[in-house]
Amino acid sequence: MPFALLRYGLSKGHRPFRDIPATPDLKRSYDVVIIGGGGHGLAAAWYLSNQHGIRSVAVLEKGYLAGGNTARNTTTIRSNYLTSESIRFYREAVSLYESMSEDLGFNVMFSQRGQLTLAHSDATMRSFHLRAEMGKLAGARIEVVDAQTVRELCPHLHMDEGGLHEVLGGLWHADGGTARHDAVAWGYARGAAAKGVEIHQRTTVTAIRSTGDRVTEIETNRGTIRAGQVIQATGGLNGQVAELAGIRLPIRCFPLQAMVTQPLKPFLDILLSSANLHTYLVQSSRGEIVIGGGSDPYQLASTRSSFDQKVHLAQGALHLFPFLHNVKLLRQWAGITDMTPDYSPIMGASPLSNYWLDAGWGTWGFKATPVAGKYMAECVATGKVPDIIAPFALTRFDRFALLNEMGATAASH
Amino acid sequence: MKQLECPVNGLRDISEFQYLGPRRSTRSDDPDTVVAHVFFAENPLGPMVEWWRHRPSNTVFLAERHTVTDQVLRTWLPTSPET
Ligand SMILES: Cc1cc2nc3c(=O)[nH]c(=O)nc-3n(C[C@H](O)[C@H](O)[C@H](O)COP(=O)(O)OP(=O)(O)OC[C@H]3O[C@@H](n4cnc5c(N)ncnc54)[C@H](O)[C@@H]3O)c2cc1C
Repeated sequence: MPFALLRYGLSKGHRPFRDIPATPDLKRSYDVVIIGGGGHGLAAAWYLSNQHGIRSVAVLEKGYLAGGNTARNTTTIRSNYLTSESIRFYREAVSLYESMSEDLGFNVMFSQRGQLTLAHSDATMRSFHLRAEMGKLAGARIEVVDAQTVRELCPHLHMDEGGLHEVLGGLWHADGGTARHDAVAWGYARGAAAKGVEIHQRTTVTAIRSTGDRVTEIETNRGTIRAGQVIQATGGLNGQVAELAGIRLPIRCFPLQAMVTQPLKPFLDILLSSANLHTYLVQSSRGEIVIGGGSDPYQLASTRSSFDQKVHLAQGALHLFPFLHNVKLLRQWAGITDMTPDYSPIMGASPLSNYWLDAGWGTWGFKATPVAGKYMAECVATGKVPDIIAPFALTRFDRFALLNEMGATAASH
Repeated sequence: MKQLECPVNGLRDISEFQYLGPRRSTRSDDPDTVVAHVFFAENPLGPMVEWWRHRPSNTVFLAERHTVTDQVLRTWLPTSPET
């Protein structure tokens, strides 16, 4: 291999290679149509084609590949949730990331550096004990640590002793990490395309027609196609796309904003989060400080970013690291998040027998990209909803069987 | 949207207001709509009528706002006729 690489390096006439094929013409019909070419839709396409041998698959993406929330998230991967159903599911998400680069033959730069969530009050410390015990029960690496350990894990942190936001301790989640979001989407797309999956960019679904309880036709700006089965994974617009199929989802749109600074020398090698300050920080492999995540306080389906959130995120970051005060911001951006009432996703069956939902991923769905793809593909391949995602059914709202993850989600994605 | 027109206090900075959510078309005391009322809130792309509160004066009022452009079309008090 190194020798081949050397020879390739010295040879002339390097031909550019294309990971993702150009958009082909639409066929009249596919066994499976996936609406939404974000990480989730592409992961489902990969599992269908690589694990279930289903290759007549079209992914329809209205913009460019993975340009929705997959391109906009802050890439926190973790499993320190509250309910046992969620922890079990997100545990598998983390473990699929651990082997993803190998599985895909594509470097997704998974960096399992651990996540520390700070407690600035006794009440937060108590809730951390609950999360730690729930996590341990499910086999996650998670523990409550004291202020001294926080200092050792994050030596540059301002502990604010005697101040309003004194750091009393934290929740240390050694399994937490990050991955390169674009690479995750591209890796799945390349692997799926290699098995014959068609990826159609700039293809917007404009209408969904059904007869009885089955979807029959999908209308797009490039023509109408027939579909045997359909997976919907359209990110922020999940509520609106489901309505095309006549399905009402308990989703409201809120923009979530984040920003990034100029590159600095490495000083932060963990993921750091503070629920009280509604801020979290991570240093990217380029050295930039990624600062997330503030939601707008009212419903909006727009990706504009606002001065209010810039101020809010900067305040949180400066409180934790006052020495950042001279650092320049490079970018600020927003993604439309599809928020559910209980901060858990909606996965699995819909009122239509061949239409499957992968929705309500709100501010927390990047980490679930591989595991959601895996089980959505299984739904389509077997016609049955796997046990592990059954608790996330749309029907849980009718049964008042919620999976409340608000406390484990709101500030640390 | 950086400012909002309070029907009592006029144009004020958005930081003075609290969002109270969409005006609901469902009722919580109707068994047929209770699930929709609790979980399935309005989420249109376009104009939406919603409740707001001006915090310092505790004025609760209605606004019609476009959820894509973020433009406020009109605001009014619940006691005044909706025009
Ligand atoms: C600022 C921010 C920070 C975040 N941070 C984190 C984090 O740290 N960790 C985490 O786990 N999650 C995080 N999230 C959430 C995460 O980004 C999303 O939950 C996840 O990326 C959803 O992936 P997806 O593939 O389902 O959706 P998307 O990536 O949004 O893909 C959906 C695709 O569907 C397409 N589409 C929509 N309508 C149509 C149509 N009619 N026809 C065809 N295509 C259509 C869209 O163009 C889009 O590309 C964050 C989100 C934001 C906005």
